[in-house]
Amino acid sequence: MRMTTLTTRLLAVVLTGLALTSATAHAGGPPDPLDSVMWDEMREQFFGDASYTFDGAVKVSVPKVLENQAQVPVTVDARALGKVKKLVVFSDLNPVQHTLTMTPFEAAPFISFRLKVEQATPVRAAALTEDGVWHVGGVFLDAAGGGCSSPAMARNKPDWALTVGNTKGRAWRQADGMSRFRMSIKHPMDTGLTQDNIPAFYIEQVLVRGASGKVLAKVEMREPVSEDPTITMMVRLPVGDRAIRVDSRDIDGNQFSARIKAGWTESRLNLPQAVAE
Amino acid sequence: MQNDNPPLSRDRQRPTQRRSEARTNGLIDTRIDRRRALASAAGLAGALSVWPMFWADAAPLKYALKPTKLAPGAWMITGADEAITRQNGGAIANITILDTKDGAVIVDTGPSRRYGMELEKLARELTGKPVVRALLTHFHPDHVFGCQPFDKNALAAPKGVVDGLKQSGEDFASAMYYLAGDWMRGTEVVLPGKLIENEREDVGERRFRYLVLSGHTDSDLAVFEEKSGLLIAGDLAFLDRAPTTPHADLPTWHASISQLSELPFSKLIPGHGPAETTPRALRQTGDWLKMLDDRISEAFERGLSMNEAMTAPIPSWAEKLALARYEFERSVMHIYPKLEADRWPRVDHPDR
Repeated sequence: MRMTTLTTRLLAVVLTGLALTSATAHAGGPPDPLDSVMWDEMREQFFGDASYTFDGAVKVSVPKVLENQAQVPVTVDARALGKVKKLVVFSDLNPVQHTLTMTPFEAAPFISFRLKVEQATPVRAAALTEDGVWHVGGVFLDAAGGGCSSPAMARNKPDWALTVGNTKGRAWRQADGMSRFRMSIKHPMDTGLTQDNIPAFYIEQVLVRGASGKVLAKVEMREPVSEDPTITMMVRLPVGDRAIRVDSRDIDGNQFSARIKAGWTESRLNLPQAVAE
Repeated sequence: MQNDNPPLSRDRQRPTQRRSEARTNGLIDTRIDRRRALASAAGLAGALSVWPMFWADAAPLKYALKPTKLAPGAWMITGADEAITRQNGGAIANITILDTKDGAVIVDTGPSRRYGMELEKLARELTGKPVVRALLTHFHPDHVFGCQPFDKNALAAPKGVVDGLKQSGEDFASAMYYLAGDWMRGTEVVLPGKLIENEREDVGERRFRYLVLSGHTDSDLAVFEEKSGLLIAGDLAFLDRAPTTPHADLPTWHASISQLSELPFSKLIPGHGPAETTPRALRQTGDWLKMLDDRISEAFERGLSMNEAMTAPIPSWAEKLALARYEFERSVMHIYPKLEADRWPRVDHPDR
């Protein structure tokens, strides 16, 4: 039953894509290096009429082999472009294509996170530069799939709600003056596509601030971001700020806050002896 | 051309709701019901009347098992130093066959029903006797999916192996159908009829010592045959092929390696890689695990993301092992979540 619905949905999406392909074949713009049937639909959905270019300066990294289709590590790095206004990540063949949008006010155009994949798909990142051009990078991710239609691990635990919002993390000062932080927020990130009728329930916004309140980056997330979102970002903390504050909100209006110490002492490496030698 | 239609009989065994935990712990995690999808594809194909003609096997798949003699009355079938693919049909693990007066004893049964059938035939050809004992070293599918041709009571494994098969066997089967395709046709999970503990068992003139250890998985059986001195280490030992860690606990794995090092073996048969008279497999496996621990910890402590950690340099001796980078990447995905849970402090409730 679940397969049938999913197949129908994907079929509909693919057919729409095909229809659009013929309709927009004359729209111009460079052809998709990943040769995806969904490209024209993706272009229209995310860029509209804006101009775009496929650009190796936007790097998307995924592992060569996947084991857990609900937790695929992805790193998007557009630092080679310099100043970026917006960074959008999407997967052409996922049932929900939009994965996240990052607005790096005072942050590097860089984000690592984990992705659910429903089937093998292109995974792309598009960076909008000040001149209004989208720079698109991407890879084709081979996958067995099923990550979007499987229930969250939390759904196996009757008391999962007690830990929602629990956050762990750490920050490091980098030599280039940026502060890197990694954090993980407990949240089921339900897609609403599983067979057990659990509705969509996910963190939709993450605001990263300096300790004094200045917003450094905003991340809007969608269903394909994995359960217990685990992100890595780099921000430029205002002088004097010694902590990063992260305020998140899910689509039910729950709010979660975290404060990650980001002084130089917290950046000390606790390396095992064997590595230090 | 391979065809991918699994037997429809498998489909009836579907539990109504699957536990995603088992899948996430899986060697390979496929969350979609691959067999059901393929079965409906086969049904669709059946509706087109001309299709079955072309659906028939082009050429039957055959493993063509080649035994290597280890000692008098002892053989090993060497697995390919590769990942599971549609080319090798999952035949990547070493399988051992021992002759005894009372019948053949085998250790591990291979990746599929088809493999098991060829193995059963080969064991009979080599020993002239049926298989009276088939030992399973651990619950990973490349070792235990060839059980169907063997008598349930001949099949023996520690309780932890049986529990692992109960919990994850069906999900492993899905993954194996995806990875190996038609080689898996008709393969079903079989639970051994005999549970073994740390004990001895005599079969004919051979004296087996079973060591129930852990570290590669929650339950790893090593088999020491005292008469010949053969030590069949299962996946507690790898040689010249990078070890795999989807269910590993590194400290207990090291402890198990120490325990195996004390046995007076004449030859050690690792789970993957060549058999040797030296303890090289144990040393190399221990060194690899220590290297993993060091390099992945270092990357983690520097704040690298998983993808960044996957590109970390590894020493040249380690880089030379078959599948080194492939397994290093997998191990990053296995080990990182544990480090994140264990080493990061709580940072919520900022106003408290």
